Amino acid sequence: MLDDFLVRAGLAGVGTALAAAPLGCFVVWRRMAYFGDATAHAALLGVALSLAFQGPIMIGVLATALIMATLVQSLSGRGLAEDTLLGVMAHAALAVGIVAVSLLSGVRVDLMSYLFGDILAVSKTDLALIWTGAAAVVGLILWRWQRLLTAALNPDLAQASGISAKTEQLVLTIALAVTVAVAIKVVGALLIGALLVIPPAVARPLARTPEVMALLTAAIGSLSALGGLGAAYQFDTPTGPTIVCVAAGLFVITTLFGARTLR
Amino acid sequence: MRLMTAEGLTLGHGSTPVLRDVDFHIDRGEIVTLVGPNGSGKSTLVKGLIGAIRPIKGRVDQVRGLRVGYVPQSLQMDGFLPLTVSRFLCLPHRHSDDAMARALQEAGVPDLAKRQMRDLSGGQFQRVLLARALLMEPDILILDEATQGLDQPGAAAFYRQIADVRDQLGCAVLMVSHDLHVVMAASDRVLCLNGHVCCQGTPDVVQDAPEYRALFGTGTQGAFALYRHQHDHHHHHHDQDHGHDHEDA
Repeated sequence: MLDDFLVRAGLAGVGTALAAAPLGCFVVWRRMAYFGDATAHAALLGVALSLAFQGPIMIGVLATALIMATLVQSLSGRGLAEDTLLGVMAHAALAVGIVAVSLLSGVRVDLMSYLFGDILAVSKTDLALIWTGAAAVVGLILWRWQRLLTAALNPDLAQASGISAKTEQLVLTIALAVTVAVAIKVVGALLIGALLVIPPAVARPLARTPEVMALLTAAIGSLSALGGLGAAYQFDTPTGPTIVCVAAGLFVITTLFGARTLR
Repeated sequence: MRLMTAEGLTLGHGSTPVLRDVDFHIDRGEIVTLVGPNGSGKSTLVKGLIGAIRPIKGRVDQVRGLRVGYVPQSLQMDGFLPLTVSRFLCLPHRHSDDAMARALQEAGVPDLAKRQMRDLSGGQFQRVLLARALLMEPDILILDEATQGLDQPGAAAFYRQIADVRDQLGCAVLMVSHDLHVVMAASDRVLCLNGHVCCQGTPDVVQDAPEYRALFGTGTQGAFALYRHQHDHHHHHHDQDHGHDHEDA
């Protein structure tokens, strides 16, 4: 079954969507969308480093994503407006990454596949890594769920209950780095942010509790991945962007529908 | 019993001190109020006491296993996080439906459990925050300008609720407030802050202190008389007929 590249692609898409779902909810709840972008864009630099040192891509991506996320976090709250700072970091990381990849002489690199993903080329090893990473992210977030939620609500409120807001932020940072590493093969550095933000935004009008929202997000993300894969196969379009298009379409539907029927 | 002690506490944002050399303590059953102008360090002191910011100098000691019920200044509920009142009450510790119903009752908002947090009015929201703090069975309740956005009668009613809660639970209460006069009269002890502790003592002592007058002036004297009067009136009721007083609010 795993010998069929479409089956592997589908499993990779669903695995990524599952990892992105609970994390994406926190990205939306804590207004970290730009934070996600900055971290994801840094992944490209990780690709360049991995290629230069001929190491595994995922490790390079994981390391740079971790460094970037920690850097952004420690720089924030130091005078510069946070969105400006994140904007600078996100775009700079992307540009530096692309330049770094192009500087690698002698290596022929398909830049597009790292920018927009190459889900149809997912190998069995990739698949194992994706699902391991996804399981780690989901496990981590489930374990800390109550604490993460309290900290997302208000850091002081969390502190008064003996929960360190800083620790919970670190948990999200780690989860984000792992998710970026998992997702780069599937949707690429440019669209990881979309995979984090759009499915929770689709689920939001339909949910009354955080748990329902996270579950719906997982379902919507998986649906987008499979639907996008199918559509890309049908219409011969690039897969990563097609997945994001399906998610965006769902967003329009639930937002219009949700605004009218639910509150 | 002494619940919290701070000695020589200097607090600030980063390394810039906002509040210097504060000695502070609070005992079980005591209501202590922090007053002071904007930027005087009231909220900073609260954050230092709950451990949300690390002191630049000095130290905070808490009784071992101290349970803090914290009611923040405000919570931004912008609607991205879907949250019913009962789900909110279960953060970070889960509670039984009975316990939640009782807490909401005690906080004066018995029928809100199924509502979405963001659909609540300002007064309901603050009372739900209070209910959550009560569920922690606190040794000390800490309220940081908890009546922001409430009108005078609303704030007065809220403070009466706090006094009731203190009487029932025997917990300590630490409040930060702008509603000087309402709060002052309900407190056992008042600390007037302005970058340091300017003066402290019983409300009567503080309101006559030259430092306090220098900060808040004599321009509020007329209003003060009015609120003072209002409070006496309520207090009278309060002593005689507890339940009735509640419904008035």
